[in-house]
Amino acid sequence: MNYVLEIKNLTKKFGNFTAVDSVSFNVEDGGFFSILGGSGCGKTTLLRMISGFEEETAGDLLIRGESMKGIPPERRPVNIVFQNLALFPMMNVEKNVAFGLQRQRLPKSEVQSRVNEMLERVGLVGFEKKKVTELSGGQRQRVAIARSLVLKPEILLLDEPLGALDRKLREHMKVELKVLQKEIGTTFIYITHDQSEALVMSDTVAVMNEGRFEQIDTPKCLYKNPETSFVAGFVGESNEFDISSYVNGKLTTSKGCILAKQKLDFQPKKLFIRPEAFILNPAADLSGIERIEMQVKSILFDGSNTKIAAIIKSGHQEVLISLPQNAQFEDLREGDDIQVGVHQDDLKCYKD
Amino acid sequence: MKKSNSTFYLLITPVLLWLLALIVIPHLDMLFRSFRFETDDGLWVFSLNNYLAFFEDSIYWFTFVQTALYSIGVTILAFVVTFPVAFFLTKVVGKRYSSFMTLLLLIPIWIGELVTVYGWMILLRDNGVINSFLLKIGVIDTPVEMLFTNFSMTIGLLYISMLFMIVPMMSALESMDDSLIEAASDLGASKWTIFRQIVIPYTTPGIVSGGIIVFMLVIGDYVAPNILGGKSSLWFTEQIYNKFLATFNWSEGAAFGFLLLLLSSSIVWVALKLSGQKLDKVGS
Repeated sequence: MNYVLEIKNLTKKFGNFTAVDSVSFNVEDGGFFSILGGSGCGKTTLLRMISGFEEETAGDLLIRGESMKGIPPERRPVNIVFQNLALFPMMNVEKNVAFGLQRQRLPKSEVQSRVNEMLERVGLVGFEKKKVTELSGGQRQRVAIARSLVLKPEILLLDEPLGALDRKLREHMKVELKVLQKEIGTTFIYITHDQSEALVMSDTVAVMNEGRFEQIDTPKCLYKNPETSFVAGFVGESNEFDISSYVNGKLTTSKGCILAKQKLDFQPKKLFIRPEAFILNPAADLSGIERIEMQVKSILFDGSNTKIAAIIKSGHQEVLISLPQNAQFEDLREGDDIQVGVHQDDLKCYKD
Repeated sequence: MKKSNSTFYLLITPVLLWLLALIVIPHLDMLFRSFRFETDDGLWVFSLNNYLAFFEDSIYWFTFVQTALYSIGVTILAFVVTFPVAFFLTKVVGKRYSSFMTLLLLIPIWIGELVTVYGWMILLRDNGVINSFLLKIGVIDTPVEMLFTNFSMTIGLLYISMLFMIVPMMSALESMDDSLIEAASDLGASKWTIFRQIVIPYTTPGIVSGGIIVFMLVIGDYVAPNILGGKSSLWFTEQIYNKFLATFNWSEGAAFGFLLLLLSSSIVWVALKLSGQKLDKVGS
């Protein structure tokens, strides 16, 4: 297999604190790889080790099969797009993009043609002489990406570059980044705490927690089949239940709701159910589902993302259920009794 | 509206009074004086004679140029000496120690220029601390003459003005995001390139504003050149002082004062042009 980046038992300690705890993974050439995790999970430290700004405490990292141990950032074939972009305020757009090429002592004509080509690619033709302080957020973003990509790195590292943008622009840039990555074919490693960014853009997502990778998978598998309770709770929305017992194929939640669940070879502690896994008023002849009686507590209208907060009658526990915005449940009101079905396969159980 | 207007005047009056009484009026008085000349008959007439006196004696010229060159030199030295310190305090050392160390830097200002200058005398004189030490460890066998030379004068001027360079430079460096340095390094820049292409251009406003303060302080200083400088270390302020207090020729003294003002202002103007800075931007 052709890996552009191989990470082997990489560890980083700051004093007694272990920021990155023996992480190993490989990144395929030309992919869009995301590292998803909450703040303080070690994802930025990991990125800084790949770029060379932090030295690893133990382990190794190889780019194109070559160990990067002891190689300073300016000599690594990776470039980074910083969280705050770090554009040089005293230079115009063109000079920002040309900065890296000039460091390689390339002939002026080549620098110029590569800068122009890159500016064209990111749609910034006509902005060459503008100061970076005069640009909009999205344009600055593109300058930062162009400045790195013009050096043709093996890997482009992106450290939450969309964090500072407003929501609309962020949605737009997500799509733009993905398209750009496919066009150019450079491997992107994208760091984010925003699961939607990771899921939309990536080919592969690694979920990081407390310095370790919980799961590395495609966005779809990650969402459908979370391997750990952390992933189940972190990626996407989920209703979480504590399980107090599992006997004879029956799960009992701590609040007393009983659900059937076959084939578990371990003692589950946690149960997760996605809001959209619930089927409202399932047909009477539908088989293989668990039926739960609930009462609607409130309707949380949010366009296509509208949900119902409902109380499980037998367990007095509140759950969130997706409410499709079609005519079928138009007349659902607070206080109504509903029957809700859920497939046994959608009951995700974990032992910790 | 009425109320805010009266508040505005109330607040601005002391400032205007201050400027008028302590800056504008004395300057105007000196300006008039510089053009007044007492004829042999004891009459005061308008004349350029006071200014012409400056060109008549070459010692004035010599002192004038020497003062200008040394002031520029001390300003550059102040930058060279303090930049690493400013960089260290803002970018290398942690915030906690940084404020403490900055405080240590400021302590010499509390003591006052005269005492500091006498302190340097103790260090630099023939039987002073430095010479005694060098003699003791056997590096030299006769004391090196350091006091009352251009060297001691330069050290004194540098010492009293250095801090005014470091403070604006530190605030410029503080506002610079560390990620700019990392980004440049990531794009393949060497340490020297980062310094020249990123750090220096970013801190130029701070350097220029510190430079102007240092230059103005040094060119107008009297104590350090007078006490630490030797016979050859003539400083133009000493000429002005002599005019006023030794020969009691206030008119020529005033004229020389304005020549110094003209000199320092034009050097600052040239420096601003060369560095591409604007005075209002540097001042803020």
